[in-house]
Amino acid sequence: MPPRTNHLGLARNEYKGRPSTLCPGCGHDSISNQIISMAYELGLEQHKIIKVSGIGCSSKTPAYFLGGSHGFNALHGRMPSVVTGALLANTDLSCIAVSGDGDTGSIGMGQFKHVIRRNVPFVYIIENNGVYGLTKGQFSATADEGQFLKYYGTNHMPAIDLCLEAVIAGATFVARSFSGDAKQVQALLQAAVRHPGTSVLDIISPCVTFNNAETSTKSYPYGRDHEIPLHEIQILAPDYVDAKEEITIGDYDEGDILDVEMHDGSYIRLKKLDNDHDPRNRRLAMDVLERSMREQIFSTGLIYYEEPRPTLADTEELVETPLARLNAEGLRPSQAALEGVMQSLMVG
Amino acid sequence: MAINAQTQSKTLTREPVINDFAFSVATKNGSGSQTSNNVLVTSLFRMGIPVNGKNLFPSNIKGLPTWYTIRASKDGYTARKAITEIVVAYNDGTATEDVSSLPPGGVCVTTDKIARVINQRDDISYYEIPVAKLMRQTKVPSAFRKLVENMTYVGAVAQLFDIPVDLIYQVLLDNFKGREKPARMNHDIVELAYDWTAENIVKTDPYRFEHMDGTHGKIMMTGNDAGALGAIFGGVNVVAWYPITPSTSFVDGVMSFRHLRQTEDKQNTVAIVQAEDELAAAGIIVGAGWAGARSLTSTSGPGISLMSEFAGLAYFAEVPAVFWNITRMGPSTGLPTRTSQGDLLFTHFLGHGDGRQICLMPGNLKEAFEFGWKSFDIAEALQTPVFVISDLDLGMNNWLSDPFDYPDQPINRGKVLDADELQSFIDEHGKWGRYLDVDGDGIAYRTVPGTDHRFAGYFTRGTGRDEMATYSERSDDWVATMSRLRLKMDTARGMLPQPIVDDGSDADIGIITFGTNDEAIREARDWLTNDGIKTNYLRVRALPLAASVSDFIDAHKSVFVIENNFDGQLTQLIRLEHPENISHVRPLALGDGLPMTPSWIYENLKEQEG
Repeated sequence: MPPRTNHLGLARNEYKGRPSTLCPGCGHDSISNQIISMAYELGLEQHKIIKVSGIGCSSKTPAYFLGGSHGFNALHGRMPSVVTGALLANTDLSCIAVSGDGDTGSIGMGQFKHVIRRNVPFVYIIENNGVYGLTKGQFSATADEGQFLKYYGTNHMPAIDLCLEAVIAGATFVARSFSGDAKQVQALLQAAVRHPGTSVLDIISPCVTFNNAETSTKSYPYGRDHEIPLHEIQILAPDYVDAKEEITIGDYDEGDILDVEMHDGSYIRLKKLDNDHDPRNRRLAMDVLERSMREQIFSTGLIYYEEPRPTLADTEELVETPLARLNAEGLRPSQAALEGVMQSLMVG
Repeated sequence: MAINAQTQSKTLTREPVINDFAFSVATKNGSGSQTSNNVLVTSLFRMGIPVNGKNLFPSNIKGLPTWYTIRASKDGYTARKAITEIVVAYNDGTATEDVSSLPPGGVCVTTDKIARVINQRDDISYYEIPVAKLMRQTKVPSAFRKLVENMTYVGAVAQLFDIPVDLIYQVLLDNFKGREKPARMNHDIVELAYDWTAENIVKTDPYRFEHMDGTHGKIMMTGNDAGALGAIFGGVNVVAWYPITPSTSFVDGVMSFRHLRQTEDKQNTVAIVQAEDELAAAGIIVGAGWAGARSLTSTSGPGISLMSEFAGLAYFAEVPAVFWNITRMGPSTGLPTRTSQGDLLFTHFLGHGDGRQICLMPGNLKEAFEFGWKSFDIAEALQTPVFVISDLDLGMNNWLSDPFDYPDQPINRGKVLDADELQSFIDEHGKWGRYLDVDGDGIAYRTVPGTDHRFAGYFTRGTGRDEMATYSERSDDWVATMSRLRLKMDTARGMLPQPIVDDGSDADIGIITFGTNDEAIREARDWLTNDGIKTNYLRVRALPLAASVSDFIDAHKSVFVIENNFDGQLTQLIRLEHPENISHVRPLALGDGLPMTPSWIYENLKEQEG
């Protein structure tokens, strides 16, 4: 039987990258798999996507998905600036960027906040495991206060909540998920990729080697037992050919359904669970995050959403043709233009 | 004027000195003297007098001393003079020192108030302007008085040294972009002081300006503006920067010329992003260069320090981008508002590990413009960062120049493959790899994101890789990469702007320099020639060094490397690249924070040569 293909006629295999070199069972590989599925399901064209990352275990992963896309494994904590430049150079591109909790929460905190502030439209995935893997197990800035690790003892500093930082910085799409919750990760990726603003996905992604003890809130056992989704998420996307799922309300009452309309006309349908979270309310979003942190509740889902404000390229009032594709005429003014400037600088 | 009586009788008999002297305006920073000084220098320029204005300013917003020196030279010399004959002493804090630095026969224009506190000399002329009294006579609203007070010295200088007062009005009008109200308000003060000076001061000095034909067809501009204009004509698309003296006005220049590249419906082809720091500025331009745009940042030493990690990445990953280093005095925060050539070695070797960066060193306005556009062609042709090393003196001061030449070469995007070309490449070579060198010049073919071909994508990284851009930790792959990068740098030597050489004489002495020392050297060489000392001259304009530098060194018995840094950095580089028979190569390195003067070069070269 021939493999199933998407509307571009491509099999899912075509969206894979090189084999992963991460530890077997690493949460990051599950996320890579969901990125592959997302691009396949939505029928994205790989040449229109760039993959950018910083440095660390998570930042290696763009090599493991979308092999047909250009990728840039940049510097530690500096992925946001590279993305900013690349997307100014070519506004036709979409970007899936991968960072980690060290890459974003420590060395890259400044760039994280400022890329959100500039509203560069891309998917900013943080694969958050609370620990430095490649340097063998130091605490990261998202590690729980009071946590104990074998070589580095007890972490005495409070954790930084990257979703909260994103909301405060002005992000218009902020979500938290768990790499073990494939369905939710998939739904959030599908929504994030079509959001014309910085979309922050903080995905708790266990490090099986250095931080997977049951006592760690970033572990598989903890995540499986404690994840409390705020809602079930379904993406209703009329403009994507492969979004053929039947749109049903199912067992839910009308009042338990929240349809968040996105910029492109599609909807994020949120089926409420036992809470009143409305991601369109900034105050509620911050309350959920603060309560989750205080009470150690692993809340996941779409935390905050708002209609995106103008992107950086919008505020720059750029021409429609991507800057990288301008021809010589668009790049060099005429000889008369230079002579005009020279004349204005001469005597009389 | 009683204090001048003695002086008058001494100086009246002196021969007139016309269009060949310098004056220094000493004020307090933030007192609005910038307009006054610009008006003076522009007026002289429009009188046809070759002129140059240099701003010696503090790292401060308001209050600290600042000096603006204007040199008029009928012979067209525009280097800084070591001695200024005239001082406008409008800062009580420095007036005593300003007066003591005048040569005998010099002139001090000051306020009546300051005159009371300075030590009087009997060998110079003093002219005291009753500024407070004059200001009381004006109709200027009190809110503006402090801002226009400096126009009193413009009026006095105009009367004393013969600058037409109606010309000053025209210059003021241009300065205020045709708005008559502020021009008139300022000019009223100028006229008031002009008339008062005519009635009350007896001129006792020999200095005078006179109309001449020395600036016809010339332009006056700062190097930062010239470089920015060059970048606009070089097709810059993405500018990212973080404010830092003395490079900030470079980006201001890009902003002011951006309209030249707007579409008819005012859409931009140049994005300008003020980043959160220099790290991000570098990241933005590297990202943009990687994605196929022409990108630029402008910074100075501390910013270059922060950019070093991205510079190393861009060098290794072979990403084009242009970095302007408007050098100020280091190390560390150093002297933020003083000029220097002290970043030469640092910039050339920027980044950890092995490697060299391409550097271009403009020596004048025309080259600032030329390297402004050419740097993008070089960066894209070589697929590497290009550093343009200018300095504060060129960047922020007004220089006289011939008009700029329109680029004489078409835009060169280098070896970039679109989808069809990529297919042809694969048909011809069986495969394409990002770092596959099929031409043997060290430069491979690249694709940019968005290229619609299934094999166009590749993975860019700062880690080890093979020629197919696949991750590799193999020693042979690493050595092959480094060898090819070295080959690329050797290819670069012949592609970069070659040295400017004047070796027409059979001189035993050769002078080597780079950058903005050029004007001072030109004048010093004329003085040496007058003394019967012949010299040849080579000005390096790019790194890695051109082969002709070695030939020049070998062809002279004595070689002086003149540079405005403390350590003699170009000398060190020459010793590194040309290690044999160089005992006759000696540095004349200064690095005192000021633009080099002809007299320093003249005296030190003579002394060293014995």
